[in-house]
Amino acid sequence: MKMSKTHTSELPFHVVKREPMPFWKSMGIRVAAVVIALLLCSILAVFMIKANPLEFLTTMVDGAFGSARRLWKFAKDSSVLLCISLAVTPAFRMRFWNIGAEGQTLIGALAAVGVAFYLGNTIPNALLLPLMLIAAIVVGAIWGGIPAIFKAKWGTNETLFTLMMNYVATGLVAYFLLLWTPSGSSVLGALSVGHLPILVHEYFLLIVIVLALTALAYIYLQYTKQGYEISVVGESENTARYIGINVEKVLIRTMLISGAICGVAGFLIVGALDHSVTTTTVGGLGFTAIMVSWLAKFNPLFMIGTSAFITFLQQGSAQITTNFNIDSAFPDMVIGIVLFFIIGCEFFIGYQLKFRESTKKGEKVE
Amino acid sequence: MNPFLDYLLTAIPLGMTFLFGCTGEILTEKAGHLNLGIPGIMCMGGACGCLAVKLMHGTNISPVLIVIIALLAAFAGGVLMGMIYSFLTVTLKANQNVTGLAMTTFGVGTTKFIMSGMAKNAMQYLYALRYFRFPFAEQTSSVKYCGFMVGLAIIIALVASYILTKTRVGLHLRAVGENPATADAVGINVSLYKYTATCIGSGIAALGGLFYIMDYAGSYEAYKSIEALGWLAVALVIFTLWRPHLSIIGSILFGMLYLAGSRIPTLLGIQLDISATPLLQMLPYVVTIIVLIVTSVRKKREHQPPASLGLPYFREER
Repeated sequence: MKMSKTHTSELPFHVVKREPMPFWKSMGIRVAAVVIALLLCSILAVFMIKANPLEFLTTMVDGAFGSARRLWKFAKDSSVLLCISLAVTPAFRMRFWNIGAEGQTLIGALAAVGVAFYLGNTIPNALLLPLMLIAAIVVGAIWGGIPAIFKAKWGTNETLFTLMMNYVATGLVAYFLLLWTPSGSSVLGALSVGHLPILVHEYFLLIVIVLALTALAYIYLQYTKQGYEISVVGESENTARYIGINVEKVLIRTMLISGAICGVAGFLIVGALDHSVTTTTVGGLGFTAIMVSWLAKFNPLFMIGTSAFITFLQQGSAQITTNFNIDSAFPDMVIGIVLFFIIGCEFFIGYQLKFRESTKKGEKVE
Repeated sequence: MNPFLDYLLTAIPLGMTFLFGCTGEILTEKAGHLNLGIPGIMCMGGACGCLAVKLMHGTNISPVLIVIIALLAAFAGGVLMGMIYSFLTVTLKANQNVTGLAMTTFGVGTTKFIMSGMAKNAMQYLYALRYFRFPFAEQTSSVKYCGFMVGLAIIIALVASYILTKTRVGLHLRAVGENPATADAVGINVSLYKYTATCIGSGIAALGGLFYIMDYAGSYEAYKSIEALGWLAVALVIFTLWRPHLSIIGSILFGMLYLAGSRIPTLLGIQLDISATPLLQMLPYVVTIIVLIVTSVRKKREHQPPASLGLPYFREER
């Protein structure tokens, strides 16, 4: 009797873990969450910018896919985001919270620019590009490897370590920019050398490279021994140790790979897009990539979809800001709201609510 | 005035921005939640406060009341963000890192939107600003920078320290952060503690944003640099080993490190190359990394983060 009394004073339901649900059903819940979030955003838009909800949605679609130029831009932005997301994924799969992709990419970009700056006019482009790539990969890997070594040896908190490394990278970029611009203006003009060759379209090569990387990452994580080791370490470190996996080695190796792919992203940004570097070259993509990777359940193939989705939100709501003449911060708000809903809906995929009525009936039977 | 004293007296109020954020984050982390949304929450605090002041501008409400309402609005904005965070991470058991980063994206974006749209025109805020400072504001000494919120920050940190270490509530809160299952078993309402600590913590952090915009920087453009300061506040939590009273000193030190780039050369009377400034500006981050490493290498039990930091608690899974 006493038990039932305490029960009634609590919530009228309790939470239990759900059996894994079929893929289409979980996707349905996520799509529903996105739809609700977008409806909420459009209602917000009605109040803030006096646009009707239909106009809001059509403007978003138009902004992302409305013309050939926008489509290319859409594909380019998703590719860059996808590349950085691929980089953070191996680490996340072993529950290593690398939130330093921003810094690892930035330092990779800096290394690529540095090589082009110093060797630019002395060697041919065909030799310069590989050197830039190698420099970016090595420096990116170092940036990712440092926190991993400390994590492996002493268990140093990687979330905060990698976060701090972002700002050290920003500081280094600011330092080198001052060094490289004699006037002290810190604005390094576009380099005339070290451009990736243009095939078909300005962005074509970049997109192809990133898609190839995606396939490689998928194969590496899904079908190789190393990829399997990463998954085991992520599931349980103790199990990994028990079956003879050297956890420390896996940790450091995976973070080196993570940082190296970030370096590639930095190289691509420099070689194919910006041809220069500033402290805001990465512009928060390192953080957005974490969302992309998490939304895709750390699966590289799904990431093509999630990075495209986030880019769609970004570019679509950016169109709204120009069409309705409001501040450029609007995309961040939309993305924030949509993310809250997706994060929240995961609960309904993993858990279910059981109402207490059923337990009362059970007691009566007893 | 003595240049060092001048340096110190400028660093103290800047440090208070960190202190608000740090105290708030310590309360949240003691409940076992790593809230990476603090930068966004601090931004939102500033935006909500400015919005409140803007709405009251032109009415004949007494200035003191305007200041109080602005403070309450900032606090409420922070609590609201804390509610979203704790609903997602406590009730819906979402991943804390992802939720926190989404909070920051949302908070920074919304703040930009509010500040450049609804709450434009900088001059209107300076109207209320004077009342954030002491009566001797007109004097041309560095003390002019110390408004009453400097005192408020220190008092909040001391009170938080007292509650955490000397009261039953604090003991329960720490128990929740160390081992929620055990805390639950002895009858502590885990969710309630997590919710309360996160919301109050977020409210306190939000005051930091308001303080920075309206008092320290005194310009409406200042909201742009709050995000970077917010990350430093998160770093400060580690630097001070989860102790609010130590964070008072830590925050002033961080303030000094943050200003080192512009102050140290003049202080020492040397002419540093201009390119050295960014290197000096890296100092707070480098120092935090060093502290992070040293504490993890030494492995002293009282210097470690709360044991269940970052892990969701699900009663049926123990």
